[in-house]
Amino acid sequence: MKHIENVSRRSFLKKFGMSSTALVLGVQLPSMLTIPKALAGVTSSDTFSPSVYVQVSADNIVSIVVHRSEMGQGIRTSIPMIVADEIGADWQKIAVVQGLGDKKYGSQNTDGSRSVRRFYQPLREAGAAARMMLQQAAAEQWQVDVSETLAKNSTIVHTKSDRVLTFGSLVSAASKLTLPKQSDLILKAKKDFNLIGKSDVALVDGKKIATGQTTYGFDVELDNMQYAVIARPPVLGAKVKSFNSDAAKAIAGVIDVVQMPDLEEPALFKPLGGVAVIAKNTWAAIKGREALDIQWHESAHKSYNSAEYKKALAESCDNPAKTLRSKGNVTQALVDAKQVITASYYVPELIHVPMEPPAATAHYHDGIFDIWACTQTPQSAQGTVAQILAVAPENVNINVTLLGGGFGRKSKPDFVVEAAILSKQLNVPVKVMWTREDEVKNGYYHAVSYQKLMAGIDEHNQVTAWQHHVAEPPIGSTFSKGADLIGSEASLGLVDMPYDIANVSCAIGKAPAHTRIGWMRSVTNINHVFAISSFIDELAQAKGVDSKDNLINMLGSDRKIDFAQENADYSNYGETLEKFPVDTARMKAVIEKASKMAKWGRSLPKGHGLGIAMHRSFVSYVACVVEVSENIDGKVKVHDVWMAVDCGLAVNPERIRSQMEGAAIFALSLTFYSELTAKNGVIEQNNFDDYQVARIADAPTTHVEIIASDAPPGGVGEPGVPPIAPAICNAIFNATGKRYRELPLKKYGIV
Amino acid sequence: MITLNINGKEHQFNDDGNMPLLWALRDTLKYTGTKYGCGKGLCGACTVHVDGQPVRSCVMPVSALANVKITTIEGLSEQGDHPVQQAWQDLNVVQCGYCQSGQIMSAVALLEREPNPNDKDIELAMSGNICRCGTYQRVKQAIHLAADLATEVKGS
Repeated sequence: MKHIENVSRRSFLKKFGMSSTALVLGVQLPSMLTIPKALAGVTSSDTFSPSVYVQVSADNIVSIVVHRSEMGQGIRTSIPMIVADEIGADWQKIAVVQGLGDKKYGSQNTDGSRSVRRFYQPLREAGAAARMMLQQAAAEQWQVDVSETLAKNSTIVHTKSDRVLTFGSLVSAASKLTLPKQSDLILKAKKDFNLIGKSDVALVDGKKIATGQTTYGFDVELDNMQYAVIARPPVLGAKVKSFNSDAAKAIAGVIDVVQMPDLEEPALFKPLGGVAVIAKNTWAAIKGREALDIQWHESAHKSYNSAEYKKALAESCDNPAKTLRSKGNVTQALVDAKQVITASYYVPELIHVPMEPPAATAHYHDGIFDIWACTQTPQSAQGTVAQILAVAPENVNINVTLLGGGFGRKSKPDFVVEAAILSKQLNVPVKVMWTREDEVKNGYYHAVSYQKLMAGIDEHNQVTAWQHHVAEPPIGSTFSKGADLIGSEASLGLVDMPYDIANVSCAIGKAPAHTRIGWMRSVTNINHVFAISSFIDELAQAKGVDSKDNLINMLGSDRKIDFAQENADYSNYGETLEKFPVDTARMKAVIEKASKMAKWGRSLPKGHGLGIAMHRSFVSYVACVVEVSENIDGKVKVHDVWMAVDCGLAVNPERIRSQMEGAAIFALSLTFYSELTAKNGVIEQNNFDDYQVARIADAPTTHVEIIASDAPPGGVGEPGVPPIAPAICNAIFNATGKRYRELPLKKYGIV
Repeated sequence: MITLNINGKEHQFNDDGNMPLLWALRDTLKYTGTKYGCGKGLCGACTVHVDGQPVRSCVMPVSALANVKITTIEGLSEQGDHPVQQAWQDLNVVQCGYCQSGQIMSAVALLEREPNPNDKDIELAMSGNICRCGTYQRVKQAIHLAADLATEVKGS
């Protein structure tokens, strides 16, 4: 194939509905050892830093700090769009700077779908303050009123005279001005946005990724660096009894073998323990580890066997320990019902499998840790290293690399601590890499769950009772040894069941954890919504009504729900109900939109079926319709997914669409393929052959529409996941008449 | 001692001949564009070309690679303007990007063999490349776009 030259890209781009004016800009990735320590409100004669997020320099470059971790959601493009738009910067004249872990930025914990949700306003204010100061500096130079000036293309323009001053030329003067008060800031009007809400912005890292020039956690290379892999306990909490490293040390390239500190539960973000092999390259380290002979003490968690555990969860659902939402009298309503429907749902333990497993490089010198890591949470990494290695947090520098996927795994900095421990002990830079097997067998898992639902339908064909019992080991067990009841998970699709039913009860059973339980993209919304949205569909069938009509009907009147009125403690993703209400009108709007996109109600080819589901999570609303077919061999294929999303104001619509496309695939993987099982406390799966995820032939065409909205921006990275699995199962029911209540579906032989 | 020809440049490799090419590239020769994903030839993140054929470098021992031409993502084009690289950028294909070196190397090999592939051809050729972010739809679109771009170059 030839290189391309002198070719108009316009026609091709048009063909794919893309703008021909895609904006591309220079990128500054964290390069080794040259990361600016800060853009920290420091002012000097040649730079102007009115906030920690933005700096203008005399060479007319606007540097924008991205303090959140890039893991595929596009935040290294979206944050600069917000700041550059508000300050009035020329997109070609900005530099994107990855922020170090530092509490001055506010939260850097890049999970919970909250980068734009939490920082849209502060970032706009940072941009507006900088712009207003530059305007003021120009107005003073021209001796005109500041209202006669505006910012455009990294210049300040005097509108009456068309005089122009570059940002760079105003740096010195602007630096001497007082920062405007927050209440005096004038933010741009929506009609004046030239980046926010636009779909033609090219990814800032797009070219570097396409040419292999980026640095992920795995790619960090330091002078004299050594490479480490660690043999971790096969069962959580198992300690090293003894080990023989002679054979490992005999392998060419192996430098050392080091026992890691044993883990004392709770696991928190501490390393798991085990034995590390340090070598001059990864291959030698892996071979060395294979040659280790380790004897382990027994751990109480060896009692964990998936088949028995599933039965115990089912029994726990029958004996709930705590009621978390209670409205009316469900028991009586079930007695009075004309028809009682029951169903049980099971979703297995799952793991993130980001394409890049965890990796971190630490260099301990002069009492300081310089660390490079693919972490979602640099401040927590800093704090955990500081605590465990007994140094002050300010002596721990966390450089955030690109993340080769995160999905919640890289919110836990255990792997960063491992690198810090080894570098300090060996007094050299050390890169710790997790192999795929390590990642699968020693993760922070999405909890296995069993759920029992019961509903009553009265003589008017109305659902009058809803009872939902859940048993799943809690994330709290990772932080508090022995915790066996869920807490925050209840607000993720359990107590926030939005359907308007007179009598409701949500309760939880005990479930002791035997592995580290953590967050995985959309967390327990995955399993709770699989159950709720499947069961709602089963109720439509019991009532003999259309699935979509049933959803609209059961949502009841347009209203804003306060679950506290029903004795539920609902956390609303940390937001107030005033700013982010639970709005049934918006739920109906996404259902109507997705239905229209899919032409719900049309006649379908033989063997085809449509399924629908809706859920609000991370304060955004997503409805989806899925079309599936069953072939003559009984194999199911997902053809199309139509998703309607209302995430409030859409900052970067192009990345919102890509997140929805990706969420559909992520959910398709767990719907059809993914399952972890434990035997005597050991996770039985190893790699992509026995822990399967979707491949290209499985991929449907995903169509995404974003509801136009001026509501505050909501979450985007996770809300696309929860409704997909139930929509697929609802579609399969409509195609085949078979109702599947346990995931993954491969166990039924239909893929 | 094995001489490795990588992106047109010769390197003397002095280590364990059983070492998979992936680690020789990354750790010894510092070509970090080729990624580790599974170490078992299951995910395609480490795909490189050996004499133009797509190969999983994580299971290919260095000892088998004397007298062949190895191409990595860094050697695909001088300016990052190979039609596949261009199509990838034009359609904003990537999310996290980690698997994309391998996706691009597989796509290039497909187009070398079949300049105008249909969806089935693409699904077959790309079936060994996992993308956990779920960019498959755009990968497919971008391969079609790259085919068009390359055709236009030839025709112009």
